[in-house]
Amino acid sequence: MILRAALLAGVIFSITLTPVLAASDDAVARAGIPAGPHVGGTLRLTAQSSGGTLDPQISYLHPNYQIEAVVYDGLTTFAKTPGSLDRQAVPDLADSLPVPEDGGLTYRFHLRSDIRFSNGKLLTPDDVVASMRRLFKVNSPTAGPYYSHIVGGAACLHDPEHCTLTGGVEADDRSGTVIFHLTHPDSEFFDRLAFLHAAIVPADTPAQDTGNSAPPGTGPYYIISYDPNSAMELRRNPWFHEWNHEAQPAGYPDAIHYAYGLDPEAEVTAIENGQFDWMAENAPLDRLAEIGGRFAGQVRIIDFLNLYYAALNVNIPPFNDLRVRRAFNYAVNRKALVIHNGGPTVAIPSCQMLPSGAPGFEPGCAYTRGAAPENPAPTWSAPDMALARRLVEESGTKGQHVTIISPAQPNYVAQANELRSTLAEMGYVVSVRVITQAVQFSYIQNSDHRVQVGLTGWNADYPAASTYLQALFSCATFTPHSDNSINISGFCDHKLDALMDHAALVSITDPKAGNALWAEASRALMAQAPAVPLDQVRWVTLLSSRVHGDFVTPIYEVAFSQFQLR
Amino acid sequence: MVAQSVPFPAPVAAPAGPWRAAGRVLIGNRSAMTALMVLLLMAFSCVMAPFYAQDIAHTDPFTSNVAGSLTLNGHDVDIMQPNDNPLHLGLSPVGPTWHASAYLLGADSQGRDVAARLLYGGRNSLMISFSAALLCIAMAATVGVLAGFFGGIIDIILSRLMDIMWAVPVYLFAISLSIVTISQGLKIGPFTIESDNLLIPVVIIALVYVPYAARPIRGRVMALRNAEFVTAAKSLGVPRWRILLLDILPNVSTTLVVLAPLLTALALLAESALSFLSIGVQAPAASWGTIIQDGEGLIYTRPMVAIAPGLAIVIVVLALNILGDGLRDALDVRETSRKGT
Repeated sequence: MILRAALLAGVIFSITLTPVLAASDDAVARAGIPAGPHVGGTLRLTAQSSGGTLDPQISYLHPNYQIEAVVYDGLTTFAKTPGSLDRQAVPDLADSLPVPEDGGLTYRFHLRSDIRFSNGKLLTPDDVVASMRRLFKVNSPTAGPYYSHIVGGAACLHDPEHCTLTGGVEADDRSGTVIFHLTHPDSEFFDRLAFLHAAIVPADTPAQDTGNSAPPGTGPYYIISYDPNSAMELRRNPWFHEWNHEAQPAGYPDAIHYAYGLDPEAEVTAIENGQFDWMAENAPLDRLAEIGGRFAGQVRIIDFLNLYYAALNVNIPPFNDLRVRRAFNYAVNRKALVIHNGGPTVAIPSCQMLPSGAPGFEPGCAYTRGAAPENPAPTWSAPDMALARRLVEESGTKGQHVTIISPAQPNYVAQANELRSTLAEMGYVVSVRVITQAVQFSYIQNSDHRVQVGLTGWNADYPAASTYLQALFSCATFTPHSDNSINISGFCDHKLDALMDHAALVSITDPKAGNALWAEASRALMAQAPAVPLDQVRWVTLLSSRVHGDFVTPIYEVAFSQFQLR
Repeated sequence: MVAQSVPFPAPVAAPAGPWRAAGRVLIGNRSAMTALMVLLLMAFSCVMAPFYAQDIAHTDPFTSNVAGSLTLNGHDVDIMQPNDNPLHLGLSPVGPTWHASAYLLGADSQGRDVAARLLYGGRNSLMISFSAALLCIAMAATVGVLAGFFGGIIDIILSRLMDIMWAVPVYLFAISLSIVTISQGLKIGPFTIESDNLLIPVVIIALVYVPYAARPIRGRVMALRNAEFVTAAKSLGVPRWRILLLDILPNVSTTLVVLAPLLTALALLAESALSFLSIGVQAPAASWGTIIQDGEGLIYTRPMVAIAPGLAIVIVVLALNILGDGLRDALDVRETSRKGT
């Protein structure tokens, strides 16, 4: 009896366990561990502070954005292999980019088969629908600007708790298809789906911020522990297999350890000593000479889409006068600003609100010596202080008090002081207020604070002209009295809005013509000068001597899965 | 009978007043006099800052000049120079030229003349520290004299207040006050002091050191209150305010004079610390603390930017302490009486 019971138990055990073991063995066999001599090891990363919540649909800070790129996937993604800055989204969990139907209002995505989350659960169309709903339910920061044009999206914004996206996102389990319906055509829909907030998580993921625990993902790694005050640990996802090398390549390191707490100076020293392999922060300017000399072989200089600019409040004096805004643009010494950011190897002067390399960027500078908005020069050459002073005299605003609000980081403060000198030379009484960056960014957005000049920087969420021009200067993105009004200048020009909408529409069918229209919009914007574009920087990072490989990517800057350790 | 003449005693010179006697002792103290000379020299140099900047260095120490150049030995030299490394990464400001007319101590990360800023910064640092010390002494004397002379409930209230202030670490107290006032300015009734006004660090530094000066003053007043000459004055019906002004205060004044240089040194250190933390003197104005902060990011490549103001602080604090010792030796009643016997 006991024996029979034992045998029965053994049979039941083997029946239930065998498929699991088989699946596990199979998964490990196909785990997408790349071939090559430098597979394995633990990649050691360091950052000054953690990136906050691990919830991929909420997280908006760079450290976690980069790490979650190798943990989660969307229907589309940005390539995690080297390439040009303006590369568009590529298919990821979808097996291809669908051709838009109904005049750009319907997208039919077919999911790849046999993709599992790190908990072993098979990916289904229901997970995609649930993830899109969850994005609204957890109040994702981009739910409004990026996804509210999905049918039902507006209702979800209004009542996130009961979001259904009925008629907006449909799952067809039988064919493995997910269908999206939009309220209006969107040339950047693939880019928006590639953004991390549209990451696909299991349908049963709670509709609330998961905080310090990470929902399962489909990428080559999963997060096993996270303490935002000390460290994060990642291991290989045993269920991962490489389905598209460009979208989600298999990872080289066996594990990733991410430590928090060192300041950038200490990070550089730790990497020089071989204690870490990579640092999240840009190398401090005072260490550039040292690392560029003794550690030149361990330095990577990475291009990415970014822009430093000074937003001018067009609704209060003195910058409510176009002549003053133009004067400031003429007067700024961009050569000096480039020096403040590390010199010409690391930074280039910017003359327009589209960074070099972005779709729609066409070289040209309206505000340099000898140029004008209607007669731009090819590049910036020198400031024109005489013209600037003349414009200020004409405006009758000379002698007014101007305050610049700057983040507390040294490179921002240096630029703020440079701008202070410029405005003082123009004839204003200038002061600089320095505020911690996390506070400053919200502070300068709120029109109640009557910020005259807000110094800030902007990185692209994805490579599109709209993420600069439309996001930062359209009427729709100016919300008076709100901390969440990214149109810091408070600029609104309906004619320019119409031009940008037209550019977005044309881009759907004819990207080249669309880019030409975006370039026109950029010129029209700079004619109104609601901001002073300053410079665009390259990212200087230091690696340990044991790191090599092609890990630089256009949007994520680096793909941790592609670090190879000697 | 011859009348015997009684000789008159030879006239004796009137004894020198206590201040004159102290002055003589001080003049005889070589260390104190050297310290005084150093202080005067430093103060004079700083007062001459505009002359140095405009007529010798021909520079504006408050304007960023990273894209500018200077003429050195007949050659134009960029103020910000490319670092010598294979990747051409970064630029460093020009180092000390040791030419008074061209960036004597080099440039800071804004391309400004460090020597000129050092002199202008010294004006602010010295002015703030001297003013703060004077204000502190005035407040401490008021508190100490009132508490020590009147005693009772006044003493209890003032002493406990001083104890509470003393219980808070002085820099923590100063930083807290500075953060509040730097962000909002200071409003006193109908008057508003803007956040970049130098009065703010003066008031804050004076305030945080009041307990340190008030306590010894109170002790001295309490001792004097029971002195025979005060008891005599009371018994003669002299009004209390008159005793306070004519008997107590003159006897406390030596303590105040001895405290002055020591408080000035403490105020200078506090001002430098607050300015280093960006909550003291505000840009574009300079102080030795802000210049050290400017040099923090250049410590590997251009250490002179931080070393020069650091040295200036060390020299002034050392001189003030030596002078304070000299004053104490000269004015200490017990010390002088011991010497007399």
